[in-house]
Amino acid sequence: MSKRFTLIRREEIRAVMTLNHSIIARRNFRVEKKKDIKTESETSEKPGLEQTDKETAAGQTEQEEPILALDHVSVRFNLSKEIVDDFKEYCIKLIKGQLKYNEFWALTNVSISLRKGERLGILGLNGAGKSTLLKVIAGVYKQTSGTVTVKGKIAPLLELGAGFDPQYTGKENVFLYGAVLGYRRNFLESKYDEIVEFSELGEFMDVPLKNYSSGMRARLGFAIATVVEPEILILDEVLSVGDTKFRKKSEKKIMSMFDKGVTVLFVSHSTDQVRRLCNKAIILEKGSVIASGDVNEVADIYDKMTE
Amino acid sequence: MNGKKKQSYRFLLWELVKKGIKLKYRRSYLGIIWTLIEPILTTIVLTIVFGTIFHKSDKSFAVYILTGRMLYSYFSTSTNAAMKSIRANASMIKKVYVPKILYPLANSLYTYIIFLISLIVLVGAMIVRDVHPTLNLLWVWIPLLQLFLLSFGVGLILVTIEVPFRDMEYMWNVCLLIIMYASAIFYDAETILESKYALLMKCNPLYMVIRTFRHCILGTAMEWNWVIYGTICSVGSVLVGYVLFKMNEDKFILHI
Repeated sequence: MSKRFTLIRREEIRAVMTLNHSIIARRNFRVEKKKDIKTESETSEKPGLEQTDKETAAGQTEQEEPILALDHVSVRFNLSKEIVDDFKEYCIKLIKGQLKYNEFWALTNVSISLRKGERLGILGLNGAGKSTLLKVIAGVYKQTSGTVTVKGKIAPLLELGAGFDPQYTGKENVFLYGAVLGYRRNFLESKYDEIVEFSELGEFMDVPLKNYSSGMRARLGFAIATVVEPEILILDEVLSVGDTKFRKKSEKKIMSMFDKGVTVLFVSHSTDQVRRLCNKAIILEKGSVIASGDVNEVADIYDKMTE
Repeated sequence: MNGKKKQSYRFLLWELVKKGIKLKYRRSYLGIIWTLIEPILTTIVLTIVFGTIFHKSDKSFAVYILTGRMLYSYFSTSTNAAMKSIRANASMIKKVYVPKILYPLANSLYTYIIFLISLIVLVGAMIVRDVHPTLNLLWVWIPLLQLFLLSFGVGLILVTIEVPFRDMEYMWNVCLLIIMYASAIFYDAETILESKYALLMKCNPLYMVIRTFRHCILGTAMEWNWVIYGTICSVGSVLVGYVLFKMNEDKFILHI
């Protein structure tokens, strides 16, 4: 299964060297740092607040357990041609035998295996199943068949702040949204100041969220979602949060997570961004993986596809 | 890991319950006091109207109405809130994984807490109307627990139907009206129990709960067979609701 993702670190580093960009330089540093640590021991490397599982401490460098594994995952939706959501229509259609669904496989036999610190770019046209894939990994959708194994904490940076309640004040939303993301109360209390400081919304914390601008909302959402040090980070083009100043700040924050060896899933249409941020990539087409491997090779294929 | 997850879900449940209570009366000047004013006002109206129609001169009639009225209104708000809970939290459900049962559970719980607060009114009415507590009051936890379980169970069944079929919201309002008239809230139950419609009332689990509750408050003799029926119905509804909910919860996302 993991053959598809044979990752040769030397190649990765070489690929990094060929591109010069400030972020790449940082990543390069990270890779080397990681290499150093790996030769010593892996114990001190694990980030995150809940250092529960000691699986990665086994000291195996190459046969390291994947932190995220999808094994032949398929997702089927029943798309009815028109939405039937009342009894009358349902009964009429049932009697007439018109209650037919168009079976639609949003994902078919997708297998992915990511180890700690790997960053996967997911490329694909609209409707290829990228978001569905992320939602399956985040646990929002349940796969029809196959297995999903996730070890560690996921920070889903999808549609930031969609779980907010507009009537609630900023402060109340920190705790509500934090609870939704699975944080603990004392953790949130200890990190509250940090969240406020990062979002730069200190004077607005007692204002109901409905009076926030969309940029402020996104800032708060980003600050809450990134206050943990997750093992897996799901990014859906959220790097474009807020104004330029905040964008730089959020990019810095994400980069610092990269430095700590977080595993990343990144969805984008821009191959430049994917090349910049990821070291592996897949292309999805109509729910199947049609290419996977090193980011530059896959991005080249995608560029050719979309020309 | 599992224990930690459970703990954080308990925190989320508490946050959702708190949100329900906080938001219910936010931006109203009297806030939580409305919990008390509302049953007082409706009971005054009902006592005047039905006390006159049925020529009830009995002093405890207001307490009789209040007990029925409060239990029914909890049942109605709680089931409605639980029924709509999944759709109301659609934006969260679409984004992060949370055990979905938390949403109807949180709604049942927060309406229950508000209901318990509103019971203060009942204490007040008992004092004003000279209804003296008896030893039966010791059993009051039974109907209160039955009421919660029944409402939560029915709420679970409803939400499982409501997510694919929104019509349920309107249909349930009609059902609630029938249940209200079959619960003997503002009339003497015995006249119906002796008529041919007795079955309607005897099959109404909410009436079983209300009847037991009245025995506890008014000090009339406890009828243990009604208590047992009520317990079977309330526990049964939770079991049925839970199984139905668990069977269908993965499909909810496709409808919201």
